[in-house]
Amino acid sequence: MSEERYAVVGGGLAGLMAVIKLAESGKNVDVFSIVPVKRSHSVCAQGGINGAVNTKGEGDSPDIHMYDTLRGGDFLAEQPPVRGMCHAAPGIIYLLDRMGVPFSRTSEGLLDFRRFGGTLFNRTAFAGATTGQQLLYALDEQVRRYEAEGRVRKFEYWEYLGFIQDDEGACRGVVAMDLKTMEIQSFPAEAVCMATGGPGIVFGRSTNSIINTGAAASSCYQQGAWYGNPEMIQIHPTAIPGEDKLRLMSESLRGEGGRVWVPSDGRAGLPPKGQPWYFLEERYPKYKNLVPRDVGSREIFDVVRNMGLGVDGQDAVYLDLTHLSAEVHKKVEGVLDIYEKFMGQDPRKVPMKIYPAMHYSMGGLWVDYEANARHDILPDSPRQQATNIPGLYAAGEVDYQYHGSNRLGANSLISCIYAGRVVGPAMIAYAKSRPEKRAAAALPSTVAEGATARWRERFEQIRAMSGAENPYRLGRELGDLMSERCLIVKENSKLEDGLKKLDVISDRWKSCNVLDTGRTMNQAASFVNALWGMIELGKAIMKGSLLRDESRGAHFKPAFALPKPKTHKPTDDPEWMAKWKERNDKWLRTTLAKHTPSGPEISFEPIRSLAVEKPILAPEPRYYE
Amino acid sequence: MSKENVVLRVKRQDGPQSPARWEEFSVPRHAGANVLSVLMQVRENPVTASGQKTTPPAWDAACLEEVCGSCSMLVNGRARQACTALIETYSPNGEPITLEPFSKFPLVRDLVVDRSRMFESLKKVRAWIPIDGTYDLGPGPRMSQKTAEERYVMSTCMTCGCCLEVCPQVNTHSPFIGAAAISQARLFNAHPTGQLNESERLHALMEPGGVADCGKAGNCVQACPKEIPLTTSIAEMNREVTWKAVKDFFVRDSDDHEKKDAS
Ligand SMILES: Cc1cc2nc3c(=O)[nH]c(=O)nc-3n(C[C@H](O)[C@H](O)[C@H](O)COP(=O)(O)OP(=O)(O)OC[C@H]3O[C@@H](n4cnc5c(N)ncnc54)[C@H](O)[C@@H]3O)c2cc1C
Repeated sequence: MSEERYAVVGGGLAGLMAVIKLAESGKNVDVFSIVPVKRSHSVCAQGGINGAVNTKGEGDSPDIHMYDTLRGGDFLAEQPPVRGMCHAAPGIIYLLDRMGVPFSRTSEGLLDFRRFGGTLFNRTAFAGATTGQQLLYALDEQVRRYEAEGRVRKFEYWEYLGFIQDDEGACRGVVAMDLKTMEIQSFPAEAVCMATGGPGIVFGRSTNSIINTGAAASSCYQQGAWYGNPEMIQIHPTAIPGEDKLRLMSESLRGEGGRVWVPSDGRAGLPPKGQPWYFLEERYPKYKNLVPRDVGSREIFDVVRNMGLGVDGQDAVYLDLTHLSAEVHKKVEGVLDIYEKFMGQDPRKVPMKIYPAMHYSMGGLWVDYEANARHDILPDSPRQQATNIPGLYAAGEVDYQYHGSNRLGANSLISCIYAGRVVGPAMIAYAKSRPEKRAAAALPSTVAEGATARWRERFEQIRAMSGAENPYRLGRELGDLMSERCLIVKENSKLEDGLKKLDVISDRWKSCNVLDTGRTMNQAASFVNALWGMIELGKAIMKGSLLRDESRGAHFKPAFALPKPKTHKPTDDPEWMAKWKERNDKWLRTTLAKHTPSGPEISFEPIRSLAVEKPILAPEPRYYE
Repeated sequence: MSKENVVLRVKRQDGPQSPARWEEFSVPRHAGANVLSVLMQVRENPVTASGQKTTPPAWDAACLEEVCGSCSMLVNGRARQACTALIETYSPNGEPITLEPFSKFPLVRDLVVDRSRMFESLKKVRAWIPIDGTYDLGPGPRMSQKTAEERYVMSTCMTCGCCLEVCPQVNTHSPFIGAAAISQARLFNAHPTGQLNESERLHALMEPGGVADCGKAGNCVQACPKEIPLTTSIAEMNREVTWKAVKDFFVRDSDDHEKKDAS
């Protein structure tokens, strides 16, 4: 029995936490990652990780954290897992503390917390301005410990291609490719967890690492895994525009007092010409610069595109930290350094120029959960984080579960680690309860060999592609199209047209040139394969956007937006409330995308935790004062 | 030289056994470009400056903001992260820029080398906190902000390999583990729980290839993109190791006595 072997694909926070849970239970684990796990995209997270530890005497609590999270996502998330996450969060932060994360401290030597968007509490623990890096390293170190003991085998520079599927449709392991030798192999496993992160590169340029193609998730989707809420893509309000990447300027800059403004042109209602207009502070007197990300992004878009007030006529507004003390600057040094390194200007002295950018996918592989009547997540249920494919699990940004239609700042890191912590035991529970013939050891060699052979053949075909299309240029076109149609403002006519354009891109993919036929680190061949997955995922995002005729969180369709309420608080306007309820009855549903060869099949499914007699929280209008 | 284009001279090698060659690429110059954004332009049109079709050069990259440690290479001979190598700095007047792979690690292809020995070194120095388990066991030890800040700086090490590349003591035949791993030993010894395993780490640093192999050239601290005080770490670990050796001498003696007593 101790020979049980599990596979985890991806070594970001979610994947490594899953590995630790499995290894800690005495299981053997294979972990696959296209880059050494220590270089996973999680290193990019700057601002922090949320947990209602309530050390500032503010009366914060896990339930308020849950409320902020559910409301922040406009109630599109299933509620029990969110509740589970928020209640586990303080313990997870303490665990990370025990692992040696150099969190910032108070004068008493306790953990310090800062404020992030979408909440009024100081709930975000942080380690300098590179929190994600520090958390990832802590988990990486624990995994290395198990690796040194022989529990964990790392397959770094290995790319996941697909899962081994038996004739009952169950997942029985993974097929992966060694990116150094291009050798393809099958790895049978008791259960497989996808922890492959987000799909930023489907949008060409984003705040994501360039390895975040979403291709692994897309491959699962193409093999029959459902994809939830694909259209829910978060745009971060503050990034530095760049040719290669849109570099994030963390929300913590505003948390520490940074102010967003544009020079006024002196029109009526604005300050005198040339004076700063702090439009977020004016429009949201309570939350000010810390409104949730979708709200912030749309306001910046409005001020720049609709009002024409972009700095120097460009797509840019100021994010200003020049008034803050050297002490505060030190707290966010890592982020300021990035600005200075890439822009050649010191943001301590000159306001930064920033603009919204694609940042995060709330949508992802659909996963299940199981809770009792009191809404507690059952720790030993094989259904936690399980996709619809038996034996295939998902955790981290790649799952659709925790953030509804909009994620709050610093909530991703906690959701990744929480999901990783839940998924390990769930996989073990699955291996205990599934029929014996589904054990890895019982996998007929013909099934594994068949899976390997199919992928080898696929790569032989790719290596023979000699058409006229450069795959990288095609990828850029895909990104431009997705960014234009599926981000801040969505319009049905453009989405319909976008879907047609995606079909054309699929066709053009077939006339790609592989650029390189070699067998040593052939990055182009790997990219051509990934690009296909990116296009397929792009279609799900585009079609989900098209079919959801409402505005919710990050998904904004002005043609279907509710009118402005007549009262200050929307809840005081009965007419508006009636419209709001009507909208919710129709659209407060999970988007489910199923792959078919002729494109995604989309349905809108009830949210299960709202269908019960007494949900944890009854939905209420989402507005920020 | 023209300022319209960026010219890259890239050292190419199809694999460890293949001969090396140089290829020159010339692509339109954009404001704010860096070495990686130019390499991206190259792969969108992999043709050399003289019009020869070629394969896109292989290179490592992930975060593009100098926090993942992937894109280490020699830019005009200098070991660094390519993502922050701005074209404006390296080629103010259109001068060609030279890219080469790191030389102290086994070559994989073109600009990609195998840095796995660095991760192996982290195992040797037991660069982790030996926690009891991932269960809820309450907060970690209290710590002053000063200690947290000192640890934080060391903890930003991306295992990028710049410090090894520039070290005269490091080469493919030498066992010297280099500055990065030594500094990690210091990082974990500076943690109240990590300290419990201090002696294991120090013993690892006493072995061949340990801290005594440092030649004190000081190149590492100059090259570190994260400005980690590597030479301070080495000096401190050197001192600790010396003390440890002295202590071991006596402790071993007393251990022997204990054993005799027991028998
Ligand atoms: C710039 C930036 C700043 C952020 N700041 C914050 C913050 O302050 N707080 C917060 O909560 N969130 C933040 N986020 C979001 C957060 O960082 C991510 O959502 C989170 O780190 C994702 O972690 P993950 O474990 O799901 O995946 P990742 O860390 O992305 O890891 C994915 C893993 O999968 C592997 N992989 C991918 N494809 C394959 C394949 N085909 N085969 C094999 N392996 C594969 C990769 O190698 C990697 O190991 C930020 C995001 C960005 C972009």
